[in-house]
Amino acid sequence: MELTDEERQIFCEVADTFEVPEGAYNFRVNGKSVGRKSTKNINVVPKEGGRGLDIYIKKGTKNETVHIPVAISVTGLKETVYNDFHIEEDVEATIIAGCGIYNCGPTDSVHDGVHRFYVGKNSKIKYIEKHYGFGQGRGGKILNPTTEVYLEQGATAELEMEQIKGVDSTIRKTSATVEDNAKIFVRERLMTHGRQTAESIYDIELNGKDSVADITSRSVAQDLSKQTFKATIIGNNKCRGHSACDAILMDQAEVHAIPALDAKTKDAELIHEAAIGKIAGDQLTKLMTLGLTKSQAESKIINGFLA
Amino acid sequence: MLKLNKISFTTGGSRKILDSISLKVRSGEFLVITGPNGSGKSTLAQIIIGIKNPTSGQIIYNKTDITNLSITERAKMGIAFSFQQPVKFKGVKVYDLLNVASGAMMEKAEAGKYLEKVGLNPEQYLLREVNDKLSGGELKRIEIATVLARDAKVLIFDEPEAGIDLWSFENLTKVFKKLKAEKKTIIVISHQERILKIADKIVILENGKIEAEGAPEKILSQITGANYGIN
Repeated sequence: MELTDEERQIFCEVADTFEVPEGAYNFRVNGKSVGRKSTKNINVVPKEGGRGLDIYIKKGTKNETVHIPVAISVTGLKETVYNDFHIEEDVEATIIAGCGIYNCGPTDSVHDGVHRFYVGKNSKIKYIEKHYGFGQGRGGKILNPTTEVYLEQGATAELEMEQIKGVDSTIRKTSATVEDNAKIFVRERLMTHGRQTAESIYDIELNGKDSVADITSRSVAQDLSKQTFKATIIGNNKCRGHSACDAILMDQAEVHAIPALDAKTKDAELIHEAAIGKIAGDQLTKLMTLGLTKSQAESKIINGFLA
Repeated sequence: MLKLNKISFTTGGSRKILDSISLKVRSGEFLVITGPNGSGKSTLAQIIIGIKNPTSGQIIYNKTDITNLSITERAKMGIAFSFQQPVKFKGVKVYDLLNVASGAMMEKAEAGKYLEKVGLNPEQYLLREVNDKLSGGELKRIEIATVLARDAKVLIFDEPEAGIDLWSFENLTKVFKKLKAEKKTIIVISHQERILKIADKIVILENGKIEAEGAPEKILSQITGANYGIN
């Protein structure tokens, strides 16, 4: 693949590689696929007009990986991409997505990525999504991911979603319907700085008997940035749901946590936890007694918190 | 090595916690400061490391006045401090904390040795987060391990026995005996008779003043029966 230095940097940050990975993949740069491969078990099919992909993972596929990172390196590009994952029964697969924007121009660049996962019975998927922005232009770096997960009986989805830095505005929508014995685990890590804004919205419906949802969000808001965390878990059956929002506030930043638990039956066990506050003084003091300066101690605490 | 000159500390509410404390700690000396609750022991320890600033008085360390130096500067000069209440961190692992303490990225095996010294199995603890999933005793032992990893010249322990079980306490006394054999300069705030017995010198604080100081054989007999909370 021929890539600019900025595109390589994006792929390194969001997919840990800019080289052709093992397994199936599609690398998208500035609205076009620059490399695509299917495997015996994973078929990567482009939608018409370059509007996204249909990815089919065959029944019984084990320990396979799909990379579908996206890079935008031109100013003013706005795109909406639909990637649909059709995952049959008894699959174990990892999907590495993620998007980065390099914008050194005057106009906003926007990537709206819609990922829909149809996960068959007893399949287990791990989805890793990293978002990153850089470039000194006046144009914004805007990423709005929508993730929809449909889990059939006994299926498990593990979502690791991370916004590393540099994204000026994001609205992150994640929804799931969870059937009998199915489980969804979400681990979100978010960092905002400057005047950035980030909104995370979760809507999880626990429809099945013994279904499980666990959402853990940790975020750091610096400077004048603003974050909103809205998590709704609906328990329609005997189920367990837990959401936790942990945020470190710095400078003049703001964080709003809006939890909602909706138990439609007495057998639904739903919990929400939220903790928002500045870095604890005793944490800084402890690290300073170990020889760090105050700013080094802050970095250590933040890096650990978001790890 | 360390000299306190007329250290006083008064709270914002004008309550005098320390009243003109003068004290010398020789290089390689094992000093235990004891006394009843509220006598100012922990405040004195916190003043030495720089967490609190004295209202008046001077702290001289190796002939340098460190009274106005920051915590970080004192730490870099070789003063280490073990907190009475260990601090918890979400996301920071024991291994991370030991690396910060040693000032370098250690091999896991090397970092694990500091956990072994406090009776913790490195395989079980090195990659654990220093969070509230650990018990008070485990956190305390990790706290002490971070101080050992400092390779400091002066080690200050604020009630190291607080919150740890008997087995850990056995280990703790062994750690102190070893540090003493290594000729480290040690200041321990303690109510424990077995720690007092290791001391070269004991200081009794009461109502913010030094009530007595001297060798254990002299002081221990003096405090027997007195209400100093000695266990």
